[in-house]
Amino acid sequence: MSVTAGMTEPSYLEFKGKYKGIFSWIFSTDHKRIALLYLFSILSLFAIGATLGLLMKFELIAPGKTIMDAKAYNAFFTLHGIIMIFAVVIPGLPAVFGNFMLPILIGAKDVAFPRLNLFSWYLYVAGVLLVVIAQFTGDQAPDTGWTFYAPYSFRTAGNMLPAVFGAFVLGFSSILTGLNFLVTIHRMRAPGMTWLKMPLFPWTLYATAWIQLLATPIVGITLLMIVAERLFNIGFFDPTLGGDPVLYQHLFWTYSHPAVYIMILPAMGAISEIIPTFARKIIFGYKFMVASSLLIAFVGYFVWGHHMFTANMSGQALYVFSLLTFLVAIPSAIKVFNWISTMYKASIDLQTPFFWAMAFILVFMIGGFSGLILGSLAADVHLHDTHFVVAHFHFIVFGGTGFSFFAAMHHWYPKITGKMYDTAWANTGLTVLFIGFITLYLPMFYMGVKGMPRRYFDYDEVFHASNIISSMGSWVLYAGLLITVINLFISLKRGKQAPANPWGGSTLEWTIPSPPPVENFEETPIITKGPYSYN
Amino acid sequence: MEEHRDDLASKTGMWLFLFTEMLLFGGLFIVYSVYRYINADAFHLAAHELSVPIGTINTIILLISSATIAMSITAIQKENKKLSLLLLTITVLLGLTFLVNKYFEWGHHIKEGIYPGSSALSLRGHGDVLFYGLYYFMTGLHALHIIIGLIFIGFIARMIIHDKITSDNHVLLENSGLYWHLVDLIWIFLFPLFYLIT
Ligand code: HEM
Ligand SMILES: [Cu+2]
Repeated sequence: MSVTAGMTEPSYLEFKGKYKGIFSWIFSTDHKRIALLYLFSILSLFAIGATLGLLMKFELIAPGKTIMDAKAYNAFFTLHGIIMIFAVVIPGLPAVFGNFMLPILIGAKDVAFPRLNLFSWYLYVAGVLLVVIAQFTGDQAPDTGWTFYAPYSFRTAGNMLPAVFGAFVLGFSSILTGLNFLVTIHRMRAPGMTWLKMPLFPWTLYATAWIQLLATPIVGITLLMIVAERLFNIGFFDPTLGGDPVLYQHLFWTYSHPAVYIMILPAMGAISEIIPTFARKIIFGYKFMVASSLLIAFVGYFVWGHHMFTANMSGQALYVFSLLTFLVAIPSAIKVFNWISTMYKASIDLQTPFFWAMAFILVFMIGGFSGLILGSLAADVHLHDTHFVVAHFHFIVFGGTGFSFFAAMHHWYPKITGKMYDTAWANTGLTVLFIGFITLYLPMFYMGVKGMPRRYFDYDEVFHASNIISSMGSWVLYAGLLITVINLFISLKRGKQAPANPWGGSTLEWTIPSPPPVENFEETPIITKGPYSYN
Repeated sequence: MEEHRDDLASKTGMWLFLFTEMLLFGGLFIVYSVYRYINADAFHLAAHELSVPIGTINTIILLISSATIAMSITAIQKENKKLSLLLLTITVLLGLTFLVNKYFEWGHHIKEGIYPGSSALSLRGHGDVLFYGLYYFMTGLHALHIIIGLIFIGFIARMIIHDKITSDNHVLLENSGLYWHLVDLIWIFLFPLFYLIT
């Protein structure tokens, strides 16, 4: 880049590169622009996924068929799951906020491989397109759920091939993002930023990147095997040919449990940035936060069996998986304790991102505790494949990752867009959304305990009352989402100009203008102290 | 945006990518071991039907090709562009020979009616179905890696011709070498698993 550094260096939004218009985005290798490409793709898909969810809840407002039959319902929850898991929460925080903030937080100009970064986004789009194509070609939409369990996934008339291959491509995109981040963190930290001076969001991205790199190939190959199975009838997982469907489950969860930590670790990282910023205090137990991230990533590899407690494993395997599942909750609990200790005796600046972080901690704890219930063998035999599980992972994935995504969005919005958003509306959105969230998902714990299975369009009359409450919650939740997102969009136009450091934060992103210039830093920063130096 | 070159970063990236490749095949090795454990006898007998000579020849071919690509890196370091290109060409030719052998091997089995979904295979029972299913899938995926590697090496050769890869900027060549060694290494595992352990 030849623009000389100076006061007038254009921001990454105004910068005129080789290409014009839309091409200046989809051909850009600037990590900040790529982050926004991801942001818009992910938000659009999230809107689709959420609408599918809304319709599913409408179907469940009364027993029997309300607006869709069993076939449609199966197609709905499958698409909902594939979109939300593979295209929204897995890339969510790393690809959007990781891409935007990681280089800035470690004082770098970009990620290590900018072109590979753009290529990851292309792969992401290609994967999504494949999933979409699966819906509109073939006789019947995919109907296996996002887990693609064998042997149904190669027996069903549903159009599985493009969907499964799409998930494979999305996985590949995720691998490349992880690879890029690992090299970036190893090679590009600013002078003086030793490992233990690195902020916590990059730390969680680092742990996540290892999971992306080392776990995703397993699901990749497993999905390829399903593809081959459908094409050539090989028999890997087909009991009539000697294959073992339970082996499929093992391989699938060997990835997909670690994948839940791909979803939650960066979410925890964003919260770890927000809380010290608004508490104006150094984070409590920085080293424990780092260690717990790495521990979660590591132990998370060894607990996949807890998704298969009822799949006829040996007794010893059950005990070991259950024990490890309990252990993996410890590092998460450490994080919660440290967040709360950070706030102890702090003079907290009560702003929207902080409220989101609080909402996160609350629902994350409920989700985590319900995970422990599921991790206990006897309880899980009863609760497996019921709405209790649905409640558990929505509390964690939506309540955890989703809330953290919005927290991060409100935290870094001024930096990314250069505008301030309307706080009153933002808080209203959060309040409505939170009420809706609790009304929607809390009754599901009750339904699950009472025995209502998941993935059915119909249910017994005894579940009617709780389903009505839950479905009404989905409307409130949806309204909250709308308020939140619309407010952010309107603020793009109407918002006040954002200063460089609106929240008084102490990490590197607040030392540069909002929005940041193309090359982030005029001069490479030299790091002398830890990331959260307030008092 | 032009930035300073960081060869160590590219190499680290390549190594990380190789990890993912290893795990990709790792998943298959797990599946192989599970089914071998369940169908020990059938796997034992089926392995006898694969041609050990062709397998051995292919192993030797790949080992030599790994050596030639490594030598081509040394050649470029010594600024001997011609020799480097020659060695790369030999590497590519060896890779192609490997594929041709593979083609005849597969063709032979397919002619006998042994391929996934065939009635002859399904008559022979579960163990054989799984053995050949894995055989085709794993060697097929490996062959795909060979093809990708060859294309990669082709591009590298072009870059050498156009002096984009030189004695002080050859990290891409090194990376393609790393990739080629990995493909080689995976074969070193596939060969005994399918041909030798009987
Ligand atoms: C305290 C830590 C956690 C524990 C002990 C835990 C435990 C469990 C258990 C035992 C199940 C299986 C239940 C069943 O199917 O019978 C489960 C399901 C699930 N968990 Fe967790 N979990 C924890 C954290 C998380 C996190 C952090 C996420 C995601 C960010 C997550 C996402 C999921 C999902 C998506 C499922 C359902 C998968 C499916 O069958 O579709 N969990 N959890
Ligand atoms: Cu799990």
